[in-house]
Amino acid sequence: MHFELNQEQQQLADAIRRWIGRDYGPEARRAIVHGEAGVSAAAWATMAELGLTALPVPEEHGGFGGDAVAMFAVMQELGRGLVVEPYVATVLGAEFLRLGGGHGALLERVAAGDLKLACALGERQSRHDAFDIATRAEATEGGYRLHGDKRVVVHGAEADVLVVSARDGGGGQGMDGVSLFAVPRDSAGLRITGYRMLDGLRAADVTLDGVMVDAGALVGRAGEGGAILDAALDVGAGLLCAEALGAMQALFDATLDYLKTRQQFGAPIGKFQALQHRMADMAIHLEQARSMALLAALALARARGGAGGEGGEGREGSEGGMGSDADADVAARRRAVSAAKYRVGLAARAIGQGAIQLHGGMGVTDELPAAHYFKRLATIELTLGDMDHHLERFMAQPGFTEAA
Amino acid sequence: MDLLYSDADLAFRDQVRAFLASTLPPELQHKVRQHLRLQRDDYVRWHRILAAQGWAAPGWPVEYGGPGWTPVQRHIFDEECALAGAPQVLPFGVNMVAPVIMAFGSQQQKEYYLPRILACEDWWCQGYSEPGAGSDLASLKTSARRATDADGEHYIVNGQKTWTTLAQHADMIFCLVRTDPGVRKQEGISFLLIDMRSPGVTVRPIAMLDEEHEVNEVFFDDVRVPAANLVGQENRGWTYAKYLLGHERTGIAAVGRSKRELAFVKRLALRERKRGRPLLDDPLFGAKVAALEIELMALEMTVLRVLARGEAAPGPEASMLKIKGTEIQQALTELMLDAAGPQALPFDPAYLDGARQHALAGDDDAAPLASYYFNYRKTSIYGGSNEIQRNIIAQMMLGL
Repeated sequence: MHFELNQEQQQLADAIRRWIGRDYGPEARRAIVHGEAGVSAAAWATMAELGLTALPVPEEHGGFGGDAVAMFAVMQELGRGLVVEPYVATVLGAEFLRLGGGHGALLERVAAGDLKLACALGERQSRHDAFDIATRAEATEGGYRLHGDKRVVVHGAEADVLVVSARDGGGGQGMDGVSLFAVPRDSAGLRITGYRMLDGLRAADVTLDGVMVDAGALVGRAGEGGAILDAALDVGAGLLCAEALGAMQALFDATLDYLKTRQQFGAPIGKFQALQHRMADMAIHLEQARSMALLAALALARARGGAGGEGGEGREGSEGGMGSDADADVAARRRAVSAAKYRVGLAARAIGQGAIQLHGGMGVTDELPAAHYFKRLATIELTLGDMDHHLERFMAQPGFTEAA
Repeated sequence: MDLLYSDADLAFRDQVRAFLASTLPPELQHKVRQHLRLQRDDYVRWHRILAAQGWAAPGWPVEYGGPGWTPVQRHIFDEECALAGAPQVLPFGVNMVAPVIMAFGSQQQKEYYLPRILACEDWWCQGYSEPGAGSDLASLKTSARRATDADGEHYIVNGQKTWTTLAQHADMIFCLVRTDPGVRKQEGISFLLIDMRSPGVTVRPIAMLDEEHEVNEVFFDDVRVPAANLVGQENRGWTYAKYLLGHERTGIAAVGRSKRELAFVKRLALRERKRGRPLLDDPLFGAKVAALEIELMALEMTVLRVLARGEAAPGPEASMLKIKGTEIQQALTELMLDAAGPQALPFDPAYLDGARQHALAGDDDAAPLASYYFNYRKTSIYGGSNEIQRNIIAQMMLGL
């Protein structure tokens, strides 16, 4: 049993922390968030130099083939630094491409740092269910025509290529009949309206008005994208759990520091038992969340390295075609990830709200870095499935009743 | 957590499972799984089965008869025993007084007591708490005055202990006593081993919420204790007591037992019906179970992370595990009560004690659950209340 980062992961984490300390402090971040682009080209270049864009890409496409544990180390640092660059969106998009097979040229450009991706999955009616898809894909000669509206596509306006979910038949739920497409941003009929989210990150609403793509745009096979969508969303949720953990740790540290320095009634406020107990409970939340984020990363790393081979077509492509071991692995992955996203959400509320309360009046100002962590955490909670969604999904896995 | 264990760990687990399958008496297993009350003989019987296998004291060094397991193996063993429904090996002898005797006792004490503890020839109980000294343990008042007479050096002990678990069965009690009232309260305390059959020792039962006789008051009225029963040095008892507390391991989280109880809750909730459907499928009830299961998964992972770091006695971390572990245990008893519903209301002590084969009314497996719920309120109070544990985390871990 070994749960510490290895030397390589630790070195990478240290390098990211040094970069953030030097170039990405609260003032620099504020300037980026309030700038017109909302992201920083210089920061992205540095992230590529550090190897972050290559990390999740398989080696055969010019990447480092880093697994979920390596990404756990990276995301914690980006969470701690409150980095607003389109990294999660790009990594998640790359995961779709990897799982779908093919698209090597795009993955190579991701690895090199000159292609950004975003995932256009959510719709107005779907809330947290990414399988509630009304976007339609009509087969045409040599390709597909896409119609639909996607909402709150994180970094949708910054991406060069969007991964879009659709169905052949129009509306519907469930795993069957889902098709995934890699759609270039300059496609005719694609309208992208960018805006700022409450945490300062950028998102976009995306309208597909008869967007034409050729058959090569398919990610995986037509109508069989359900398992890829399911697996990629778990990777995304795992990334967010690790990012949230880094943010919670930073927020926790800042709050603890405040309790030790802020004087009231002639003593540091941390001397008061009511505050001590709240902080102790936040410490427990942090450890429980860390445990679950780590468990999710381990389960994801196992799923990626598991049966079916690396990135091969149909690896996750058809539920029915997998052996029972693979089924068990998928169920274990879903259980671990949903448990983690739920538990991290619970901790994010306890630590986020607690930090604001313990900071007193200062806590409710935009001036304080703590407030920005709180907003990022609240955003993560509502991204890729909220607590209720993941609790429900956890209950739906066979492990929930089998354990009786 | 299979994905975290090595093949060797999993092989060890199989070995423990095979042992439990062949040696755990079904009637003991039944009592534990059904939340019935264990009697003295039940504990002794299981302890001696383990002793025969050399597994009664997993934490002891090999030289004193421990099996030489790694911390992970000990964790696996504890978990498998709990999952199987084995009675707990009571900690008072094996895990509390024995490590103190090993570390600070005389050669004679080691040679006499340790083999007897291993073989369960003496039933030990713990004499720490006093009516006026709960969480503020060091303010204890029971006095021990040193004297010499024709039979040699001895102590005269006067005072009262309370919350003494299962003292009604005990042969020996290890006590913190005040040997010097004139110094700082932590500095005048000694660690004394007292024979419960000594003249002047009186045990009075305290009935708990569920009417079970589990704890007692113990009175000392001019009790004569040979000086040879002093452990270590006079007035150094507080150090030894702290050493003992530092010995609390990750087992304090009781993950294995909670896993067994979670499975029980689910079985009950699959059987119980709400509007014709299994209660576990009810979104309200199911969500509570799921949330608790996730909390337990997280606790297990937290325990494994502590174990993986190989630290023997994690002070503030033990406090976290105690708080979270007991919160989960208590929440499980709440869910049991909720799942059983009105079936939990009949109260039948004769059934709980094993005097009757079946409950007088209602379902056998629902009958003990209210009692169990009441009984488990103790867990957030004993061993340093959870509020005290939060103080420890705040002060020792967070530096507040």
